[in-house]
Amino acid sequence: MLNVRSPLPKSVVILGATSGVARYIADQFARLGYAVGLAGRNMEELDRLAVDIRTRYTVSCHTFYFDALAFEGHGAFPVQCEEAFGELPGGVVLCFGFMADQADAQADFAIARRTLDTNLTGAISILEPFAAAFEARKAGFIAALTSVAGDRGRKANYIYGASKGGLTVYLQGLRNRLHASGVQVTTIKPGFMDTPMTYGMKLPGPLVASPEAAAKAMVKAVTGRKNVVYVSCFWRYIMYIIKSIPEWQFKKMNL
Amino acid sequence: MSSAVTNGPLAGWGRYQPRSCAVYRPERRAEVAELLDAGAERPFIARGLGRSYGDTAVNATGSVIDLSRYNCMIQFDPETGVLECEGGVSLAEILDAFVPRGFFLPVTPGTKFVTVAGAIANDVHGKNHHLDGTFSNFVESIDLWTPARGVLTCSPEENSEVFWATVGGVGLTGLILRARLRLRRVESAYVRVDYQRCAHLDVALEAMDTSDNDYRYSVAWVDCLASKGSLGRSVLMRGNHAVTSELPAKLASAPFRLPKRPTLAVPLDFPGFALNSWSITAFNTLFYAANRDAKDKLVDYDKYFYPLDGVLQWNRMYGKRGFIQYQATFPKEEKAGLVKMLEHLASARRASFLVVLKCFGAAGRGLLSYPTPGYTLALDIPNRRGLEAFTRELDQILLDHGGRLYLAKDAVTDPETFAAMYGEDLAKFRELQGTLDPQGVLRSDMSRRLRLTEGKDA
Ligand SMILES: Cc1cc2nc3c(=O)[nH]c(=O)nc-3n(C[C@H](O)[C@H](O)[C@H](O)COP(=O)(O)OP(=O)(O)OC[C@H]3O[C@@H](n4cnc5c(N)ncnc54)[C@H](O)[C@@H]3O)c2cc1C
Ligand SMILES: NC(=O)c1ccc[n+]([C@@H]2O[C@H](COP(=O)([O-])OP(=O)(O)OC[C@H]3O[C@@H](n4cnc5c(N)ncnc54)[C@H](OP(=O)(O)O)[C@@H]3O)[C@@H](O)[C@H]2O)c1
Repeated sequence: MLNVRSPLPKSVVILGATSGVARYIADQFARLGYAVGLAGRNMEELDRLAVDIRTRYTVSCHTFYFDALAFEGHGAFPVQCEEAFGELPGGVVLCFGFMADQADAQADFAIARRTLDTNLTGAISILEPFAAAFEARKAGFIAALTSVAGDRGRKANYIYGASKGGLTVYLQGLRNRLHASGVQVTTIKPGFMDTPMTYGMKLPGPLVASPEAAAKAMVKAVTGRKNVVYVSCFWRYIMYIIKSIPEWQFKKMNL
Repeated sequence: MSSAVTNGPLAGWGRYQPRSCAVYRPERRAEVAELLDAGAERPFIARGLGRSYGDTAVNATGSVIDLSRYNCMIQFDPETGVLECEGGVSLAEILDAFVPRGFFLPVTPGTKFVTVAGAIANDVHGKNHHLDGTFSNFVESIDLWTPARGVLTCSPEENSEVFWATVGGVGLTGLILRARLRLRRVESAYVRVDYQRCAHLDVALEAMDTSDNDYRYSVAWVDCLASKGSLGRSVLMRGNHAVTSELPAKLASAPFRLPKRPTLAVPLDFPGFALNSWSITAFNTLFYAANRDAKDKLVDYDKYFYPLDGVLQWNRMYGKRGFIQYQATFPKEEKAGLVKMLEHLASARRASFLVVLKCFGAAGRGLLSYPTPGYTLALDIPNRRGLEAFTRELDQILLDHGGRLYLAKDAVTDPETFAAMYGEDLAKFRELQGTLDPQGVLRSDMSRRLRLTEGKDA
C-alpha cells in the first residue's frame, strides 16, 4: 500500500496562551504563517491577544476556554480544536504553569498539590489525548515548557522543581513512544525569563532572557524538530555543572 | 489581582542620577484598570520604553507604571492606513508588522524602541519635520485616562484642549491607553539618500535652506570638536523613500525585505576613560574623512533611521555615571546663537561624538510640544564633574537667543529657565493639568524639578 503522507497542517494550539512568554510564542508562529489557537482560562485576555495577532498578521486565530485543572474536559479538547480549525491542528505547545513561593508550598499542602496538579497532572491529562490523535494521524508536534528547576532539586523550589522534573521525564517517554509514528516531542527548558512569573524577583540580570527572545528560540527549536532545548542555550552548560556536583556536596550547598 | 512591583534604581536613557522607584508592569487590561483605580501607589507617572534621556518617566515619590507590556494592536485599515493600538506598542513592532504590507511610520525619532504613547507624550519629531511636522500630526485620536474625568477620547476635534495638552504633555494629563495612528504608504523598505560633506556650518545651513524641500528626510551629523575655519563641518544625509522603479531588479522583487544583520550588545558598563576627547576626536575625524559625497545611495530604513539601534544598550558606553543629552533649538534668525554654542562646545570639549543638526519646519499645536521653526542641535554630554555648570552656560546662550530645551532630553535645567523658554504655553498647560488632575495623582521627578504642575503635590 502506498504510504502518502499529507503535509502537516500549518496550525498550532497554545495551552496557557496568556502566559508572559506564550504571547510571544503565538506571535512567532503567526509570523511564520501558522493559524493559531489560544487556549486558557481568561477569555477576555485571550480575545485581546487574538485581536492583536489578527491585526499584525494575516492568519486566522481562534480562542478556547481551557483550564488545566478541569481534567474531565481534556479528552474532548482536541476534537474541539479540530472543529474550530476544520482539521486537527498540526501541533500543540504547552505553556501554562503554576509556581508558588516554596515556603508557602511547604506550609500548605493545597498549594503543593496545586503545583503538581497544574504542572504535571494537568499536562499529562491534556497531552495524552493530543498524543493519541497525532499518533493516529502519524504526524504532529508536541512541545512543552518545563524548567531548569526540574533538572535538579534544590531547597529553594523543589516542589515546583518536582512538578517540572516529572514533566520532563513524561516528555522523554512520550517522545520515545511517538517516534515510531513520526510525531515530534520537544522539551523546552527555560532558565530565567522576564515575565510576570518572575517580575519583582531579584534575578541575575545577564541570565534573564526577554520573553521575545526566548519565544524566538523556542519556536525555532519546535519547527526545527529538536528533542531537548535549553532557553537561553547557555543554561545547558550551567545545568551540566550543577548536575555534576556530587550529592554529598550538593546537599550542603545554598544555590 | 494585584500587579507585582519592583523597587530598583530607575533613570532615563542617559542613566544620569538613578533614583529608587516602585515600578508596576501590568500586562493585562484588568491589571491596568486596577492600578489606575486604586492599586498603584500615588502619585504615579506612566513609562514607556524609557528612551527619554532624563527624568520624565521617573518618579521616586510614589510610583511608576511601565506600560511597555500593554502592547496589543487592535485594528488596521489598509484603505486609510490607520492603525489602532494600545499605548505600549513600540514603533519597532509597527515596522515589523506593516512594512511588509507597504506602510511606514509617518514620523520616527532616531530609535524605533519607543512606544506610541511615549512618542505622543513627547510629541516626537523626525528627519521629516520640515515637511510633515511632529508625530501628533498623524494621530487621529487617543483614549486617555484622566484622574478627574475618567477615560476621554481626545482628538483635534473632540476634547481638543486635552488633546493638545497631552501631546508633548510628558504624561502629566493622564495615561494614553489607546491611539489611532495614520501610517504612510511606501513602495519599499529603502531610502534613496544623498550624502553631502559640508566643510563649514554655513555651507550646511545654506544647503538646508535651499534644498531641504527636495527631500522628505534631512539631517546632518556635525563634528562638534572642529572649530574656526571648519566650525560645524558636517555630513548632510538627505533622502526620500525609494519607489519600486528605482530599485535594482534584485531588490525590486522583494522590496520590503531587509538585509539580515546581527545585533550587537554592550554587555557591561565601559570604564569611564574609554570615551575621552582623544578617542572622540579620532572618531569624528574618521567619520568626516570616511564619508564621501554620494548621490542616490539605496539604504534600508533600519540603517538610515536607526543607526544606533544596531547596538543594544549603547548607553552603557558612557559608563556608570551616565550622560545627558542636550538638545537646543534656535529660531532661524538667531543663527548667531547656534554659532556661539558650537564655538563653546568646540572649546569646552565636553560633548561627545557627533552632534545632530536639523532645520525644523512650522511649530505644532501641542502646548509643550518642542519643535519651533529654526535650527536644532542634539548632543551627548558624559557626566563628569562640572556638568551642571556647563549646561547652565549652554542654557544661557539659549536664553540670550530665544531658544529652548526639549523635555524628552532634559535632565538638569531649572524651573525658571524652563518657564522663560515656554512662557504662556506653560501657564496654560499648568492650568489645564490642574483641572484634569486636581488631586495631584500624576507627578514625576521632572514635574517636581521643573514645576510643570500647579495643583497640590500629593
Ligand atoms: C537614540 C535615541 C534617539 C532619539 N531620537 C529622537 C528624535 O530624533 N526625535 C525625538 O523627538 N526624540 C528622539 N528621542 C527621544 C524619544 O523619542 C522620546 O523620549 C520618546 O518619548 C521615548 O518614548 P518611550 O516609549 O521610551 O517613553 P519614555 O521615555 O518611557 O517616556 C516618555 C514620556 O512619555 C510618557 N508616557 C509613556 N507612556 C505613556 C502613556 N501610556 N500615557 C501617557 N504618557 C506616557 C512618560 O510619562 C514620559 O513623560 C531619541 C531617543 C533615543 C534614545
Ligand atoms: N518565567 C520564568 O523564568 C520561567 C522559568 C522556567 C520555566 N518557566 C515556565 O514557562 C512557562 C511560562 O511561564 P511564564 O513566565 O510565561 O508564566 P506566567 O506569565 O506566570 O504565566 C503562567 C500561565 O499559566 C496559566 N495557568 C496557570 N494555571 C492554569 C490552569 N489551571 N489552567 C490554564 N492555565 C493556567 C496562567 O493563566 P491565567 O491567565 O489563567 O492565570 C498563565 O497564563 C510556565 O510553565 C513556567 O513554569 C518559566
